[in-house]
Amino acid sequence: MIVIIDYGLGNLASIGNMLKRIGVEAIISSNKDAIARADKLVLPGVGAFDAGMRNLIDRDLITILHERVLEERTPILGICLGLQLFGTESAEGTGPGLGWIDARSIPFHSPPAGPSRVPHMGWNNLYPRTASPLLDNLPEDSRFYFVHSYHLECHDPADVLAVTEYGYEFPSVVVRENVLGTQFHPEKSHRFGASLMENFARYT
Amino acid sequence: MPALLLQGGRLVKTVRFRKPRYVGDPINAVRIFNEKEVDELIVIDIDAGRAGVSIPLKLITRIAGECFMPMTYGGGIRTLDQIAEIMAAGVEKVSINRAAVADRGFVARAAKRFGSQSIVVSIDVRRRLFGQYEICVDGGRRRAGLEPVSLALELESEGAGEILLTSINQEGTMTGYDVDLVRRVASAVSIPVIACGGAGSIDDVIGVVCDAGAAAAAVGSMAVYQGRNRGVLIGFPTRKQLAPLL
Repeated sequence: MIVIIDYGLGNLASIGNMLKRIGVEAIISSNKDAIARADKLVLPGVGAFDAGMRNLIDRDLITILHERVLEERTPILGICLGLQLFGTESAEGTGPGLGWIDARSIPFHSPPAGPSRVPHMGWNNLYPRTASPLLDNLPEDSRFYFVHSYHLECHDPADVLAVTEYGYEFPSVVVRENVLGTQFHPEKSHRFGASLMENFARYT
Repeated sequence: MPALLLQGGRLVKTVRFRKPRYVGDPINAVRIFNEKEVDELIVIDIDAGRAGVSIPLKLITRIAGECFMPMTYGGGIRTLDQIAEIMAAGVEKVSINRAAVADRGFVARAAKRFGSQSIVVSIDVRRRLFGQYEICVDGGRRRAGLEPVSLALELESEGAGEILLTSINQEGTMTGYDVDLVRRVASAVSIPVIACGGAGSIDDVIGVVCDAGAAAAAVGSMAVYQGRNRGVLIGFPTRKQLAPLL
């Protein structure tokens, strides 16, 4: 059973429906017992960094998440802001992140070093850096839907599984052991996103 | 991209903004567009904002939850709080029609709060007898006394991220886009223009993008009808058919 963590940010139904469509059992919940029993976790999220952390704190989810992820090594997939919360901090906020990945979130560089239009909103491609079961069997013409103004900057290049080009290359899929994340929205990326979710469901 | 019209929670299709005909269930249509892997979905409630008709937030939430692609909602949006509610329902962009024209500065405020990338302005244009273009609002029922190019430029400078440009004369006719209108607006502004109204064939879609400079083409009838007799069949061209655009 996958638990999609509901911490009050956005409509999570499409993630649930996508998992249902690929035959994976999932529930949307903020319940600590459900999170404690989950085989895998998904941390979604849209919005601002501090608001995301505050919502996790308000729902008293930080301790159980640290337990599940750091001690029990439960695979967790962060999506968009969810991934950014895995880092240590963000230029968008003042408080610390969950700190599971040695990375911080930064805004896209301004031109000429960066893209002329921010946020990065639309379909884009992945360029895998290393092989991983998370990216197995993705269709050749895969494209993914992005909406973000900040992206991770990883201090350990080994954590970057794939990059995406927008003005320059930034980490779009990040993996450190059982902590996985995508800057894009697999739930808004048709069968390409569904393939990735399927890989996550099988990930050990 | 498909442009779907809602009325009273049902999927309808109009001709020149009139004669809404029931063509199916919106959730079912979204599931079909998931299979067809469309890039984006536009959903417009043609009654929302009229007296006593509110924005169908519950239905929008259900549609967004079924949608494995980004979605734009339009219809009845007058306040920033409404936009916040719609976006919290899982919608990526909102389309603003009447408020963009009648409430100058609204688009600027919306763009400031939510970012230009989420604010689409929907401009409905009627071609008059002698070829001059005129903006209409309220589903084409009210003339706004404005001209499309200057309005498009103004709304661009207010911070609109995209323009959904609809020809009322062509809408639902399946006889081709108003290529001249699209060309005029698309060449005047630098934000993307989505052409809407009149698509009847793949060639129409390819033409309006390649020849008139539209960034994208919305299709309505083509997405819900099949054949000359307009049998209802929800569908969409394959990526192979659209290859010249990709």
